[in-house]
Amino acid sequence: MNMLVSATALLLACAGFVVYDLATYRQALLRNLSIQSQVTGSNSVSALLFDDPDSARRTLSALEFAPNILAACVYTSGGKQFAAYRRDGSIDIPARPRIQESEEEQHSSAHGKITLVHTIVFHGKLIGFTYIQSDIQPLIARLENYVAISGLMLALCLSVALFLSRLARRSIAEPIQKLAQVAGRISQDKEYSIRASRDQEEGELAELVDAFNDMLSQIEARDRSLQASHEELELRVSQRTAELTAANKELESFSYSVSHDLRAPLRSIDGFSLALLEDYADKLDDEGKSHLTRIRAATARMAVLIDDLLNLARVARAELNRQPVNLSAMASSVVDELRKTGPDRRVDFVVQDCLETAGDGRLLRVVLENLLGNAWKYTSKRPSARIEFAKRQLNGEAAYFVTDDGAGFDPAYAGRLFGAFQRLHGVNEFPGTGVGLATVQRIIHRHGGRIWAEGAVGKGATFYFTL
Amino acid sequence: METSVILLVEDNPDDEALTLRALNKNNIKNALVIARDGTEALDYLFGRGKYEGRDTRTMPQVVLLDLKLPKLDGFDVLRAMRADDRTKLLPVVILTSSNEDQDRINGYGLGANSYIRKPVEFGAFIEAVKQLGLYWLILNQTAPVSAK
Repeated sequence: MNMLVSATALLLACAGFVVYDLATYRQALLRNLSIQSQVTGSNSVSALLFDDPDSARRTLSALEFAPNILAACVYTSGGKQFAAYRRDGSIDIPARPRIQESEEEQHSSAHGKITLVHTIVFHGKLIGFTYIQSDIQPLIARLENYVAISGLMLALCLSVALFLSRLARRSIAEPIQKLAQVAGRISQDKEYSIRASRDQEEGELAELVDAFNDMLSQIEARDRSLQASHEELELRVSQRTAELTAANKELESFSYSVSHDLRAPLRSIDGFSLALLEDYADKLDDEGKSHLTRIRAATARMAVLIDDLLNLARVARAELNRQPVNLSAMASSVVDELRKTGPDRRVDFVVQDCLETAGDGRLLRVVLENLLGNAWKYTSKRPSARIEFAKRQLNGEAAYFVTDDGAGFDPAYAGRLFGAFQRLHGVNEFPGTGVGLATVQRIIHRHGGRIWAEGAVGKGATFYFTL
Repeated sequence: METSVILLVEDNPDDEALTLRALNKNNIKNALVIARDGTEALDYLFGRGKYEGRDTRTMPQVVLLDLKLPKLDGFDVLRAMRADDRTKLLPVVILTSSNEDQDRINGYGLGANSYIRKPVEFGAFIEAVKQLGLYWLILNQTAPVSAK
C-alpha cells in the first residue's frame, strides 16, 4: 500500500518535471526556428529585390546543416513561391504562405512537424515571406530519454524503498506488532502471567518492551490482590452467616427451654399455694391467706411476662410472610374477643370498613390485639368509652390508628412508651408488663413502617402506625 | 364394666401431684397409672420391664403425655405407640407447658389426638382437667380392641 502511494507520488513528480521541461524546450525550438527564418529572410533580401531565385536557393540550401529542418521556402510579397529547399524530394511545401495580414510571424504544428512563416521586411516594406518546416524529432528524442531515465529512477527508488521498508518492518513494526499481539492475548484470556520477549538488547524498543512487562507485572499483582481480598470477603461473609445462624439457633433453643422449663415451677408455686389456701383454710389467719394470694398473683404475672417475652423473641426471628390482610375483619374479631372478657362494659367500638393491606397476618393480629387491648384496658375505669380503629392520610402517606378516650398518658414520657418493660402507669392502676408495645413496635418495624403515639393525661391516646 | 385407666406420663413430681389433685377436685375416679419417663410408659403399654405380665388387651382410655421427659421424650413415646398395632389407635393428649409451633406441628404430625397447654394458674388447670375428663373419658369413644 505504502509502496503504491510512494510510486504514484514519484511518478506524478517526474511527469510534472518532464512536461514542464518539454514545454520550455519546444519554446526554445520555436525561437530557434524564428531566428533561423529571420536570418534566412534577411539573407534573401537582395535575391528578392534583384529577382535572383538562384541566389535565394543557395541561401536556403545552407539550412541543410540544421538536421531537424525538413524544408524551407521563400515567397514573394504576392505569396508566390520564389525559392525552395527540401531535405528530400517528397516533402510538401504549401503553395502560399499561411500567415495573417498584419502578423509578423505565424507558426503551427501538425503531423509531427512545426512550420514557421515569417515576413521579410526591407526598409519598412514587406517584400516577401520565409517558410521553414521542422520536425520535432529532437523533442521526441528528449521525451524518450526522459521516460527512460524516469523509469529507471523510479525502479531504483522503489527498490531502495522496498529494501528500507523491509528493514524497518523487521526492526520496528514486527516487534511492535508482536507486543500488540501479546496485549491482545492477555486481555482475551485474562492471563496476566504472560510477558513479552525482547528481541534487542538495547534501544527504544527494548525500553518499550521492558515498560510493557513492568506494567503487566503490576496488573498481575493487582489482580492477585483483588482475588485475595474477594476471597477474604467471601470467607468473612460465610463466617458471619455461620455466626448469625448459630445465634439464631441459640435463640430458638433458649425460647424452647423458656417455654418448658420456666413455666413448670411457676405452676407448682401457684398450684400448691392454692392447695394450701383450700386445704388449710381453717389453720390460716387472714394475713396468711393474703400472703398466699399475693404469691399466686405474682406467679400469674410472671407467667404473662414469660409469654410476652416469648412473643417478643418469636417476632424477632419470624419470617415475614407478606399476604393480603383484611385489617377491618381482624380488628372486628379482636374486638369480639375483648368484649367477651368484659361483657358488662359499655364500649363503643368503631372499626373502619375495607381496610386492607399486605403483611404477615399473625404478626399484625398481635399488633391489633395489643393496641386494641391497651385501649380496652386504659378505658376500663370509665363508665363508657369509645375506641376507634381507622386509616387516615398524614403527610401524603396512609397511617392506621387506634384511638381511645381513656386514661391517656403524659406526652413528656412518650419516648419511653415503646421500650421493653417501660410503663407509664403503676401496676396497681392498670395491669401490664410493659412488653406489649415493644413487641408491637418490633412487628411494625419489620414491616418497614413507623409507629408513634399522641396523647394527654386523662384525655385518651392515639397510636399511629404505617406499614 | 371395669373403670377405664388413665395413663399419665409425667416426670415432674409437682405436676403429678397437682394433676392428681385436679382430677380429684373434678371427681374423676378412674384408675391413674403414672409413668415417670418415656421408657416406663412404653413398658406399661407393651407389658414389659416393670410391667411384665400385664394383660395388654386392656389399654388405657386416654394417655396424657408430657413432652419433656428423661430418656425417651414425648415424641419418641408417641412414635413408638403409633408404630405398634396394639396402641396405634389409642387416644393421646399431649399435655405440656410448651406452646411452640414446632412442638404442635410435630405432635399432630406424629399422630397425637389433642394438644393442651398446661396453664400456670392452678384454677385454670383444674378447669382444663375437668374439660379433659369430660371429653376424653365420657364423650369420646375409643376404637374397639381388635381380637387377636
